Amino acid sequence: MALGQLEYILIHRCVLSIKKGEMRMKGLLSAILCLALAVCLLPGICKAEEKTLMMATTTSTDNTGLLDYLAPKFQEATGIELKWTATGTGKALKLGENCDVDVLMVHAPPAEKKFVEAGFGADRREIMYNDFVIIGPAADPAGIKGKSIKDALQSLKAKQAIFASRGDNSGTHKKELSLWKAADLQVPEKENWYIQTGQGMLTTINIAAERNGYTMTDRGTYIKYEDNLGGNPSLKILVEGDVVLLNQYSVIAVNPKHCPKVKNDLAMEFINWITGPAAQEQIKEFKLLGKPLFTPNAKK
Amino acid sequence: MNFILDGFFQAIDLLITGNAETYSAILVTVRVSSYSIGSSLILGIPLGFCLGYFDFSGKKPIRTIVDTLMALPTVFIGLLVYAFLTNRGPLGNFSLLFTLPGIAIGQTILALPIVIGLSATAIESMEKKLRITIMSMGANRRQLFLTSLWESRHALLAGAIAAYGRVMTEVGISMMVGGNIKWHTRTITTAIALETNKGQFGMGVALGLVLLTIAFCVNFSVSFLRRRY
Repeated sequence: MALGQLEYILIHRCVLSIKKGEMRMKGLLSAILCLALAVCLLPGICKAEEKTLMMATTTSTDNTGLLDYLAPKFQEATGIELKWTATGTGKALKLGENCDVDVLMVHAPPAEKKFVEAGFGADRREIMYNDFVIIGPAADPAGIKGKSIKDALQSLKAKQAIFASRGDNSGTHKKELSLWKAADLQVPEKENWYIQTGQGMLTTINIAAERNGYTMTDRGTYIKYEDNLGGNPSLKILVEGDVVLLNQYSVIAVNPKHCPKVKNDLAMEFINWITGPAAQEQIKEFKLLGKPLFTPNAKK
Repeated sequence: MNFILDGFFQAIDLLITGNAETYSAILVTVRVSSYSIGSSLILGIPLGFCLGYFDFSGKKPIRTIVDTLMALPTVFIGLLVYAFLTNRGPLGNFSLLFTLPGIAIGQTILALPIVIGLSATAIESMEKKLRITIMSMGANRRQLFLTSLWESRHALLAGAIAAYGRVMTEVGISMMVGGNIKWHTRTITTAIALETNKGQFGMGVALGLVLLTIAFCVNFSVSFLRRRY
């Protein structure tokens, strides 16, 4: 039987390619394996675990740079490396409940107390505070400047002024919800003027600025925002100083009874350090644009 | 708008001055994406070969499922992997949460359907007669497998590059499973997300350009290899 030209070419190719293909493919596969091994053996991955403490915290402590400032000082004092993941307080508490972290640094006292009562957290200690402020465009179309927080929220609603809310179950969001309730208002939900961003504080401030609207933020993040814009922000502080606007930060050790594998000794070392005089002084010294961001208030 | 230009110069500055945080993120990105692309190729190519080569009942539905899984959202994979890796999840004992291997598991799930789907297509589109001829030459199964792979190497490579691009640029899995921990699990993409949250847009742009530079280096070396073979 005569072979067609195509078959002939194919056979010719195959005789070569079965040998060649097998060899080369083998070569390629072993190259991939070698590469994978080499990458695995890069320094760091296989080394023994050092003393590290895992913390879940809120975006505000991370975004302002406070933790970048404190972590090396903590390591110097105790030899423990602090690792942290920054999320909203809601998720941070969830990570604690699931035993994924050893310690929490959060700012939603009512939720924290519930967390401790449920047996997920052991030692809760207050460490510092700043305060929440309502910021908005300098022209202040809703006319809230200098008003009490209650009156301010009522006129925001009456004037239907654009208001950006975190909407992410974070400490700041929980606080905002409680303020609407305290002002005898129904929490806005689907209103056109009420924007739920679902993002971090600085992003939310930026969204409010883009829409020429209002938002509520912790003062630390606001100063950071001011700093980013070279000290000339488009949104200004309009309402501040009300007692209800206090923003308390606490540290909580994840309960070793609930999570046996948690590094409670390291967590306690961190809590003792951060509530101690040296760290408290360092928190006070942490400044942006010459303004302190947090006020330490750990009880002895 | 200014921050885009700022970001461009910042990117050059970061790379030249050897900024430690940036290089840590680069190393993490390269390392974790190598793990995940390696494991997804090792698992995916044989599976893709079977799917493209053999005819069996249920082949079509499996193809459809694989193609659908190519559209898995990364945040969803992150959430699933978190559910398994959390200390109270079924794989909690391995302490893989907030580690690079943990991220690699998620990214492997992300890349696997792409590798399987595209290598199945590559094998399918191979000249049918070539296959018959290879067999008629008396090649054994292993030789058949390796030769077919070799003959479709360019299409396989295209699949691998597509998967690599997806793995290297994803942010959902790295953020959820890795936790964006400085010096440890902060990849370039999670660093971009963080810098954007911090309002440092210029820095975000700079890191984006750094990522593109890495992608360029990878593709450049791949196309170099391709010209040689």
